[in-house]
Amino acid sequence: MDEQSLKRKNGKLSLKLMLVIPLMFAFGFALVPLYDVFCQVTGLNGRIVVNNAPSSLVIDKSRIVRLQFMTSIAPGMPWTFEPVVKYVDVHPGQNTVVKFKARNLADLPTVGQAIPSVSPGLAAQYLNKTECFCFNSQPLDAGESVEMALVFFISPEIPPEITTLTLSYSLFNVTKLANNNITKI
Amino acid sequence: MNTATTTQGSHDSRGHDSSEHDSGEHHDQNAHDHKPKGIMRWILTTNHKDIGTLYLCFSFLMFLIGGAMAMIIRAELYQPGLQIVEPNFFNQMTTVHGLIMVFGAVMPAFTGLANWMIPMMIGAPDMALPRMNNWSFWILPMAFAILLSSLFMEGGGPNFGWTFYAPLSTTYSPPSTALFVFAIHIMGISSILGAINVVVTIINMRAPGMTYMKMPLFVWTWLITAFLLIAVMPVLAATVTMVLTDKFFGTSFFAAAGGGDPVLFQHIFWFFGHPEVYIMILPSFGIVSAIIPTFSRKKLFGYSSMVYATASIAILSFTVWAHHMFTTGMPVAAELFFMYCTMLISVPTGVKVFNWVATMWRGSLTFETPMLFAIAFIILFTIGGFSGLMLAITPADFQYHDTYFVVAHFHYVLVTGAIFSIMAAAYYWLPKWTGNMYDERLGKIHFWASLISVNVLFFPMHFLGLAGMPRRVPDYALQFADFNQLVSIGGFAFGLSQLIFLVVVVKCARGGEKAPAKPWEGAEGLEWDMPSPAPYHSHTTPPVIK
Repeated sequence: MDEQSLKRKNGKLSLKLMLVIPLMFAFGFALVPLYDVFCQVTGLNGRIVVNNAPSSLVIDKSRIVRLQFMTSIAPGMPWTFEPVVKYVDVHPGQNTVVKFKARNLADLPTVGQAIPSVSPGLAAQYLNKTECFCFNSQPLDAGESVEMALVFFISPEIPPEITTLTLSYSLFNVTKLANNNITKI
Repeated sequence: MNTATTTQGSHDSRGHDSSEHDSGEHHDQNAHDHKPKGIMRWILTTNHKDIGTLYLCFSFLMFLIGGAMAMIIRAELYQPGLQIVEPNFFNQMTTVHGLIMVFGAVMPAFTGLANWMIPMMIGAPDMALPRMNNWSFWILPMAFAILLSSLFMEGGGPNFGWTFYAPLSTTYSPPSTALFVFAIHIMGISSILGAINVVVTIINMRAPGMTYMKMPLFVWTWLITAFLLIAVMPVLAATVTMVLTDKFFGTSFFAAAGGGDPVLFQHIFWFFGHPEVYIMILPSFGIVSAIIPTFSRKKLFGYSSMVYATASIAILSFTVWAHHMFTTGMPVAAELFFMYCTMLISVPTGVKVFNWVATMWRGSLTFETPMLFAIAFIILFTIGGFSGLMLAITPADFQYHDTYFVVAHFHYVLVTGAIFSIMAAAYYWLPKWTGNMYDERLGKIHFWASLISVNVLFFPMHFLGLAGMPRRVPDYALQFADFNQLVSIGGFAFGLSQLIFLVVVVKCARGGEKAPAKPWEGAEGLEWDMPSPAPYHSHTTPPVIK
């Protein structure tokens, strides 16, 4: 093999290897949607099912599931935010409304975004939300307060060993994001 | 390509006319082929030996800088309370110590060894892509200049740990994070280019007759490492890019407020991070597989099983990343999957350890410095492997997670594993590189001082971790005081011991007893067929492979 053809061969192989670089770089980014899909499919990570139709299912009166509510406020968020009731006991399949109260303590308009999480994570797939304040961000003027609604039902397929679920909301200050028109999440 | 004359030109194209015809006037005849004098020789060089030397010197410099940071850490932890540095500066020290040791010391040292040894071991005249080789080295000092200069910026350097978990590296990081990101990008480019060069060299440049299963294990382990590098370094680049855009451009990959997920960061990071730890140990396996047979005067036991074990480790390394994340609230099924995959890795690793021991079995052993380091590697790396197994047990990990037990574990595999093997390699090949024997007495002093101090340094960390001392803290509860003092004393001793190594290398480079072509009686391989020091252009005609 002469020098020229070896050089060509080297060039070809290095080009092939170089192709792997953008591929794996893109794969790193592809992991982001893949992760969401994976969490949605498996119901891991406490992601919640969004279900726009209210339950038309038969209510399973033989069982009661307790849903507890927790709220936390991220640093830099000048609001109070808490559930009106600490928990509700519901039958699977039963449509339920609960309210959360929020108040802007700052003297500036602020936009808040609540991010939900369910524990135990595997039970998240049985918690169906038909309406939730967490679907959109919530703007509040200085000193304004609001009652926000959550409508949900727990699907009757929920395994009998799960008797208590905890739904936790973290409230973030997204005023900057909202001003940049990135309100949609 | 049947016999001899033609592979010539595949080293740098500038004047390959000389070495073939020359006899005596070699030195003056071809000014354009020969290395320019002074600093320009090193900046312009495309010679694999020069670049190997540059990598090795650079990595030793980084080893000393990262080590100095470790000394600051251990000085602060000498007693409970805050004595010497501010907590924020302490965090910068742990972060930059980790980054420098991983990307600046261990990885470039392996690349340096690859540059020096692989062409000589497979009978190639040079690396396949000499100009790219020059570039992949010279962007590395730039990357570390950027990283180190960020320490002097307003707000300080990176302080979020070398794993730069979001939101520590996004919401709560200093403004210098942009510099951190660019430095990582450049380091990544450098290692990817280095890896591509290694793959192309090994696949295309082997001498006729050098089949894959005849390659020395160092070449095999590096080939597999290079593939790992090409596969995962771009993922690291993607991760830091997301951190950059999250912090500065309003994206929300890892910010829950915008719909992202901080746990996602850990998945992406460790998808890179776990293969990365094998990148830092596989070449060690190759080095030890070269040294143990030499000083046992026996062939390596189970060569092909070594090759398959290395490949298995590399493949499995992609399926274990979430064992770093057992406490993030994964479902039990996932925890079991990652636990079993992690434990599975100990099988091929065990094959290797048993093969080394079997190689020594009934060999006629001598204990020169490289052999001492190699044996210490086997024993101490195995200790690190065992603590790794303990950490792999999911329920137990909940107690060990983020404690000093983890610190002890990864320092056993990285310091007494990777670094000890690099030391062994340096002693083993120094006579070939410099043409002089190193000072065996000083080498032995360096070994014993390192061995004792490294264990005083890292072994008590296991107990600190089991007792509940968290990692990455500048201050700690009083009950940990005695062991921390012991650890710090070990740390200072280990740090000082490495200066002996500097003395040995400098002495050896300057002169000493002339080394024969094959200074080690039991050594095998093409590199020992050429004179010491290895000529500037070697294997200009392909060697005959027996």
